[in-house]
Amino acid sequence: MTAKATTSATFEQDVLQADGPVLVDFWAEWCGPCRMVAPVLDEIQNENSGKITILKLNVDENPDLAMKYQITSIPAMKVFQGGEVKTTIIGAKPKYALEQDLAPFIG
Amino acid sequence: MGFIRRNQRRERATVRHVIIIGSGPAGYTAAIYAARANLEPLVVASSVEAGGDLMNTTEVENFPGFPDGIQGPDLMAKMQAQAERFGAQVLYDDVVSLELDGPVKKVTLGSGKVEEAVSVIYATGSAYRKLGLEGEDRLSGRGVSWCATCDGFFFRDRTIAVVGGGDSAMEEANFLTKFASKVYIIHRKDTLRASKIMQERAFANPKIEFIWNSAVDEILGEDAVNGVRLRSTVDDTLRELPLDGLFVAIGNDPRTHLVHDKLQLTDQGTIWVDGRSSRTSIEGVFAAGDVIDPTYRQAITAAGSGTVAALDVEHFLAARGEAGEPAVAESPIEGLPDAAVV
Repeated sequence: MTAKATTSATFEQDVLQADGPVLVDFWAEWCGPCRMVAPVLDEIQNENSGKITILKLNVDENPDLAMKYQITSIPAMKVFQGGEVKTTIIGAKPKYALEQDLAPFIG
Repeated sequence: MGFIRRNQRRERATVRHVIIIGSGPAGYTAAIYAARANLEPLVVASSVEAGGDLMNTTEVENFPGFPDGIQGPDLMAKMQAQAERFGAQVLYDDVVSLELDGPVKKVTLGSGKVEEAVSVIYATGSAYRKLGLEGEDRLSGRGVSWCATCDGFFFRDRTIAVVGGGDSAMEEANFLTKFASKVYIIHRKDTLRASKIMQERAFANPKIEFIWNSAVDEILGEDAVNGVRLRSTVDDTLRELPLDGLFVAIGNDPRTHLVHDKLQLTDQGTIWVDGRSSRTSIEGVFAAGDVIDPTYRQAITAAGSGTVAALDVEHFLAARGEAGEPAVAESPIEGLPDAAVV
């Protein structure tokens, strides 16, 4: 299963008002490392479906949110909980490294 | 499938002819040659960096055979397809540890799986060199970047700087002028080591301004880059330059962290190889590409180096009676002692 997308229109509801932790993957079509990490995030989502929700946010289509969260490097993965950013991961990483970074949420 | 089987006690473990670690031009070219020699190579391509450095470049203009240029990711996709056409198996996983001593090499992957082979080609390339400044990691992703093609987009109408004087610094600076209103190139010397054509493009670009004889002394900013402190390499005077972003392109270091305590290295930090061959200090372990090359580090030289490694592996296996026909059949052979296959 591929991670669902969120947009400026749905971000409040999808992310900020969500019950559990939500990882937002800020990405773009032209970003090679973003394309490489996407299937890794899909795997993590599938293996931790009850623990964390992973959503993709296209920075080309939603520049307001990219600006709001001061994204200057992608892929940027931010974990939101209770409407706040709890963890930021910058750059594509192997699955085991991402799992370590996300241990507080999926451990 | 013609892998050499060991024995049934080992859960049908297969010992391959060769495992290639790395999937840049060196790794995939080695895979093309090894696959065409029926060695059925396994390429451990990395989970998120498969294809190597060229995946983050745009137009490649100097790879022979592409007179109109080719996009870096397209070139790597073609190399991979060519290797797979002849039977190379590409695995999107990462090597976490290696056992290279002894006749069977063990490669432990991020998934936990252990792959075994009688030979290994190590072609892990190089990693971006850091400036080594305090603010660098703290502000990484907050204005400090190593990838213009990934991050340039976020600096539309901003003022940024590229540190470095080589081809990659010129290429990044030129690329970044698509977005930024101003791009400084900060260089320690008053001449560039970049190729003439790349220099001329940078000199001709009205958005690019050179800051010569200067080194970055400190990256300024709490939560985001707001400038750098520059130190003159001539008289040590300091000055501040306001910036929204800093792109670091000061070169690469060979990626040897998994083998630096196993294989002999050179003074430059590359893996030592015997003369013009790819043979490392451990028998059965070969190295190719940027990880052995402190000097040229081009896609085409890496590809040539990958060829050398694959031919050396063929020779190595032939000398042990293992090349050509895959030695053993499909099913595990009862009681085949390890010594018989290596």
